[in-house]
Amino acid sequence: MGKKAIISGVHDTAVGALPESTCMSLHVEAALGALVDAGLKLSDIDGLLTAYSFTSPQLMLGGVFGEYVGLHPKVNASISMGGVTAGLMVHHAASLVKAGICRHVLCVTGDNRLTGMGERVQAALADVGHPQYEQPYGMSVPAAFAMAAQVYFHEGWLNGEHLAAVAVNQRVNAALHPQSHLKKPITMDDVRKSKVIASPLRMLDCCLVSDGGAAVVVSAAQTARDLPRRAVELLGIGEGHTHEHIFAAPSLVDFGCKESAATALAQAGLAHADIDSAHVYDCFTSTLLITLESMGFYGRGEAGPAALAGEFAIGGRFPVNTNGGLLSYGSSGAAGGMFHVVEAVRQLRGECAQRQVKDAEVALAHTLGGIFSGHCSIVMGRL
Amino acid sequence: MSEVPSLPMPMPMPAPDACSRPYWDGANQDVFRFQRCRACGRAQFYPRSLCAHCQGADLGWETAAGPGRVASFSVIHRAPLPAFASAVPYVLALIDLDEGVRFMCNVLNCDPATVRIGMRVRLCFQARPGSTQKVPQVEPAES
Ligand SMILES: [Zn+2]
Repeated sequence: MGKKAIISGVHDTAVGALPESTCMSLHVEAALGALVDAGLKLSDIDGLLTAYSFTSPQLMLGGVFGEYVGLHPKVNASISMGGVTAGLMVHHAASLVKAGICRHVLCVTGDNRLTGMGERVQAALADVGHPQYEQPYGMSVPAAFAMAAQVYFHEGWLNGEHLAAVAVNQRVNAALHPQSHLKKPITMDDVRKSKVIASPLRMLDCCLVSDGGAAVVVSAAQTARDLPRRAVELLGIGEGHTHEHIFAAPSLVDFGCKESAATALAQAGLAHADIDSAHVYDCFTSTLLITLESMGFYGRGEAGPAALAGEFAIGGRFPVNTNGGLLSYGSSGAAGGMFHVVEAVRQLRGECAQRQVKDAEVALAHTLGGIFSGHCSIVMGRL
Repeated sequence: MSEVPSLPMPMPMPAPDACSRPYWDGANQDVFRFQRCRACGRAQFYPRSLCAHCQGADLGWETAAGPGRVASFSVIHRAPLPAFASAVPYVLALIDLDEGVRFMCNVLNCDPATVRIGMRVRLCFQARPGSTQKVPQVEPAES
């Protein structure tokens, strides 16, 4: 131990409907952007981590990308764990540089989910859920996430107003980001009157589907003095994995985020109150609130009222998802989680202009895969 | 261009394997079978080759009596597949059977608006058009 890992470069591509984009074009753009940001050449990269693609599925995405850009890394792996993947990539990259195996690990994600799926959308959706014990019942992803939300509603810990406050706040934040997918303002009423998808979740409680990509470079801390940007240190990273299918979740109230956040904070030697800006996976409005409570940032039944009181706003007590998150900034497969990592880094570098959280010194990025199944919490701070 | 006749889209059906065949064969006989570990005494859903609690391999089959309660649910208004489009709104639920196993199914034979967490239900077995396989489901206990 003793070696430290930093994030030396980040980049996110345009998001939204990008009909000319492909999985590979988004990977290339994100990767080269992160290299420029880090002041590195492609040949400086000795580790490559990639995720997965729905629009252009590959047996070895890392091999395909490396070949395409002309990279021959010492370490190469593709991780496929749904929405938690981006966090896992950063975790593995940090382990590689701390162990001295790599100096600079490129973590790159991207998919043209919105315009590139065509008829495969249905096939991809049909694959969600256990083929024997869930798919025969017409399970949808929103309905599976709604199982936890319904318990919170039943207990009086959440209501529709709380969820709507999350959606409205994140749209406000997205409007302050030059490249967010959706900027059109929405009202509480718009959310509350949007179509029910799977009760209690409505259309505007659900994340977007976007084309887009994002990449980060994780480097050994001793390289930091050569880098052009202020580096951000990875202070603590934790994971939590409890189940895959929602019927097998040990609880419908607490999830693996409880363990992942506790591990990350303990490693960092920090407390919940030290987090200045939080960037938390928000595939649904309810997912965000439940995750914040389960991680211990709020007591039971307190996250919803906090959202309603404006605490998550950029100038609020606990700024959350300052880029607009998956709900309004963009959601492009594994890149969705990486957008959160990128925004957390930008906050700590003080590059967020109108979205800047004042005096942001410590940030949390949290990714989630499956149905609250796998979690990764990353605590980072200014070096 | 000649029109392609539209066939009714079949609902996804399970493909039983060696491990799950007793469960799905049971459903065809209107019984819900689950495994109980002879080493640690835990019941488990779904059928596995080992106990997910203690990893013991000595598992016995038991039959659920039928009653259970709704642990959680969602009323689905947007179907994930065309096969379920004509069924909306339908109830997807997590059911805790009284024997201590939780499984996912639909709540049948009731107004979706009447389903609540904690509601008592009982097992029933649904035949599906175009399939010889029945699927375990529940309906309100008082109907
Ligand atoms: Zn056992």
